[in-house]
Amino acid sequence: MLELRNITKRFGNVLANDSVSVRVEPGTIHAIVGENGAGKSTAMKIAYGFYTADSGEILVAGQPRQIDSPHDAIALGIGMVHQHFMLVEPMTVAENVVLGIEPGSPWKLDMPGAVAKIRALSQQLGMAIDPTAKIETLAVGQQQRVELLKALYREAKLLILDEPTAVLSPQAVGELFTILRQMREQGKTVVIVTHKLSEVLAISDEVTVMRDGKVVGNRKTAETSAAELARLMVGRDVLLRVEKPPAKPIGAVLAVSGLTLVDEDGHRRLDDVSFDVRAGEIVGVAGIEGNGQTELIEALAGLVDAGEVTGSVRLLDQEVGSLDARARRHRGIAHVPEDRHRRGLLLDFDLAENCILGAADRPPVAVGPARAWLSRPAIHGRCTRILNEHDVRPPDRTLPARSLSGGNQQKLVMGRELTDGPKLLLVAQPTRGVDIGGIEFIHRRLVEMRDKGCAILLVSSELEEVTALADRLLVIRDGKIVGEVDPAQTSNEQIGLMMTGGAAA
Amino acid sequence: MSQILTVAFLLSSLRLATPLLLAALGGLYSERSGVINIALEALLLAGAFTAATVTHFSGNPWIGLFAAIVAGVAVAFVHGVACIRFRADQVVSGTALNIVFLGLPQLLAGAFFASTGATPQLPKGQLLPFTPMVIAFALVPISWYVLERTRFGLRVRAVGENPEAADTAGVDVARVRYLGVMLSGALAAIGGAYLSIGQASLFTRNMSAGRGFIALAALIFGNWRPVPTMLACLLFGAADALSIQMQGVSRVPVQFIQMIPYVLTLVVLAGFIGKSRAPRALGLPYQKK
Amino acid sequence: MNLKKSLRELTFPLAAVAAAFVVGGLLVLAVGDHPLLTYELLIGSALTWPDGIGYTIFYATPLIFTGLAVAVAFRCGLLNIGAEGQLTIAAFATAWVGIELAHLPAVLLLPLCFATAIVAGGAWGAIPGVLKARFGAHEVITTIMLNFVAVALASYVTQYHYKPVGDPILETVPIGAGGHIPRLGTFVPGFPERIPASIAFLVALVVCVLVYLFLWRTRWGFEIRATGASPPAAQYGGIKIGRQVVLAMAISGALAGMVAINEVLGYRYRYYDSFSAGYGFTGIAVALLGRNHPLGVVIASLLFGALLRGGLFVDIFTQHVSKDLVMVLQGLIILFVAAEALFRDRFAARRAKA
Repeated sequence: MLELRNITKRFGNVLANDSVSVRVEPGTIHAIVGENGAGKSTAMKIAYGFYTADSGEILVAGQPRQIDSPHDAIALGIGMVHQHFMLVEPMTVAENVVLGIEPGSPWKLDMPGAVAKIRALSQQLGMAIDPTAKIETLAVGQQQRVELLKALYREAKLLILDEPTAVLSPQAVGELFTILRQMREQGKTVVIVTHKLSEVLAISDEVTVMRDGKVVGNRKTAETSAAELARLMVGRDVLLRVEKPPAKPIGAVLAVSGLTLVDEDGHRRLDDVSFDVRAGEIVGVAGIEGNGQTELIEALAGLVDAGEVTGSVRLLDQEVGSLDARARRHRGIAHVPEDRHRRGLLLDFDLAENCILGAADRPPVAVGPARAWLSRPAIHGRCTRILNEHDVRPPDRTLPARSLSGGNQQKLVMGRELTDGPKLLLVAQPTRGVDIGGIEFIHRRLVEMRDKGCAILLVSSELEEVTALADRLLVIRDGKIVGEVDPAQTSNEQIGLMMTGGAAA
Repeated sequence: MSQILTVAFLLSSLRLATPLLLAALGGLYSERSGVINIALEALLLAGAFTAATVTHFSGNPWIGLFAAIVAGVAVAFVHGVACIRFRADQVVSGTALNIVFLGLPQLLAGAFFASTGATPQLPKGQLLPFTPMVIAFALVPISWYVLERTRFGLRVRAVGENPEAADTAGVDVARVRYLGVMLSGALAAIGGAYLSIGQASLFTRNMSAGRGFIALAALIFGNWRPVPTMLACLLFGAADALSIQMQGVSRVPVQFIQMIPYVLTLVVLAGFIGKSRAPRALGLPYQKK
Repeated sequence: MNLKKSLRELTFPLAAVAAAFVVGGLLVLAVGDHPLLTYELLIGSALTWPDGIGYTIFYATPLIFTGLAVAVAFRCGLLNIGAEGQLTIAAFATAWVGIELAHLPAVLLLPLCFATAIVAGGAWGAIPGVLKARFGAHEVITTIMLNFVAVALASYVTQYHYKPVGDPILETVPIGAGGHIPRLGTFVPGFPERIPASIAFLVALVVCVLVYLFLWRTRWGFEIRATGASPPAAQYGGIKIGRQVVLAMAISGALAGMVAINEVLGYRYRYYDSFSAGYGFTGIAVALLGRNHPLGVVIASLLFGALLRGGLFVDIFTQHVSKDLVMVLQGLIILFVAAEALFRDRFAARRAKA
């Protein structure tokens, strides 16, 4: 049905796809699996015409085809459901579905006809979707079905789903898989891009494993195992091993109790969260993305609207829950944010100015009357220290932060947050988009800080990372802490069950 | 009060609302497609000057009106190229055009008529005192229909809210936006033509006098929807009519009545009376990956 | 900043100016005059000593203030289209203090007038800042609206309370002599006192240096720039976005307000209706062309000042072209600077080919 042959794609100096070849048989569900950054999404976006390959060819139904835009892909019967939905929120389901291939005359759209057709399509697959509802009134799982309907309305024979389960609750994942199986019954072909092995095993007929932009294996799902796939994905038997002595925690640094966050739409993002973190230990938080981890870190850092948060946050026995982000920094809370491009860095500012973000309001950086002046020697000294201690390359403080690689950007952020000797370090996704060397460096630094007596709260969507680093592990689901385990004594399967509420698809 | 609410007053309100309405409906097409159009002022001036000039030379106001539309579309096209093709800041591009048109009509008038900015007076038979008014109010239901019931309207709305979604669905985002911007040029230019060959009988320096901005205010006030936008234009037209009628008669200084549209808009923007919601992609250039 | 980078910074503004002059030249040709002769007149008449240079400086002074105003707001990610309204309010308020306290000696009245210009402009500028920080109202729309309100307010108070009896023009009575600032002619040899260029120009240059120091050497400047570069990152760094927005708009308004020093205290010695030749809008062009940097603002202001001066001569000494050509050139320059990608893409394409 679809075949990629020797597809190569570069972004700048990153080789995203290195001679990738994938063959998808018609009437099957084909999984493409790999870690974040393995190049799976890139390959599929090339198949859908979102990107153009630097070299290689694409065959559809055995014929070599030029796919330069989504338009071409649609014409060839390829549909794609993106990780971030491509929906126009104030418009109705039907309007979204027909957009681009509207029925009726240009001067009078045949919306009643479209509504009927969409209703029929959704009933075939057992979906209960009202075509006249506005997208903004639908739940996430239903919005995803609108995306499926869009592809089916365009008579797609092949459907590519990019990380379709990332945003879904376990129950919704089950429903999605039922729909996908039904589509296979009707002769459609499905490609599902994911990094979750349980899903691969549950849904697919065949699986292609990618690592570092290359295809490293092709298996019939029935003939492989989670262990084999995991080995292929990471290229070694054990994913991550961090050398660390046992923790010697002392008194509590952070004590959270009853922390609840209700966002402006009335959703409970955090629900009665209570735990503590002691000096000299790393407490990990495991969970499927979007279950409240981001909100937890941002609430502790003072970055959410104070009106949305209730509960108590105590740092060294002092209530800090009502303090703003700056005051919390003054008290010794440091924060490595999950999205360094958006939050952690001023990409167009030079490294020196990035080194004072969060520290520009107090000595030694701010000096003189009213602490008005930024001391150049202090900034340069601070920057040099951070760049050297954290091996940021190139160590040129006049470069814009944008010009650094992901790993070096992250080391810069880490260095900046650690350099003032924080009492509590909040770390989210510390190694996302970081090369192997950088990952090891960052992990070592976290353990070092722990052993110096820093209290560390670590959130990561990489289960391997939290289990390897954490001394204690909290599991979060739907904004609630659903359990605490000793990562050394608990298998990943057990933790996975807790993360998904035992209803793994 | 009864003295104020006369037929003459109502008529005068309608007349004064007409150029606002035409410019605001023009702005609506542009902004619903995601392109901020603060160049309405420039478009009004372009339409007004072209209509008066071409009518003077041709003796036919219909030709003048047509020429005004062509000029408006051309100026809007420049805005479109800057914003869509070259991803210029839309507010800056609009401001640039506004400044150009503070000078250009005078520059051309100087060359054509050896005047310092005005065009020659047109005879009464060469004016179009009613047609643009009819066009303006007829365009309100038409615009509603176009936006809600036609393919173009659907695409305009989609492109203004989520251009990436429209793009992946096979809609040519740039094309829809060009059309939206150029339509705004056409409509605003009719409004401009009404100023010079409808209400007045010649073009004078800066004769739009901020109406482009009031139209913009009406558009925001009307939540980027045709009927509420029309009501806002009528309100502002009535305020204008009132200020003319009260000149010299009342003790309320005319400046306060002139302020009404602007203060009302500020109040709306501050959320004191409902909240207006702009198209989500308004002002954001779209670049295909 | 190394030399190569500085040169690159200069390339695009120069290309934009050149493109504007080419298009303007075509217009001149179209209306029946000789483009090169017109431009020679335009530029040449701005460079004569002392009148050309004196008036260029006089016209450049308000543009430095409004250019800085737009630049500071821009550094905070805000587009201040309201400099026109801010300078109007400030000019009226300055004249008002100068009139009401006319009896005061210069040593008291001058500082009071300076402070009034700054505070009045700053307060008017802070309004859209508060509306944005508190209610999320877009500053472009609110500043446009406030421009009209400012002009109407000033015109109302002038007309009903401060207009000399029987004066056909809408203007106030004059301010006290203590509020006059010295013109350059009083101390520059060979420079006639009739030219209205005053020490306001020197004030403007000093303010440029202060703005530079503020933006790049103080923590408040850092916080404003960080907010403009990335609000989420600034917030993460403990910076309160709303406060920066209000602060930047207030500073922007105060800078725009200082136009009153040049116009009221150094030239007219009174407020008069529509005294501003669109300085607030030209400030946008100045800031864009000057890359939102104080040094760039000074250079761009002198260029536009020269055009304003030269425009008067074009008006008189060409057959068809009027001084409105200057307005058109200004607009075209903004347009070309805004559509910078026009040049950038072209350069990128050439570099890719090489």
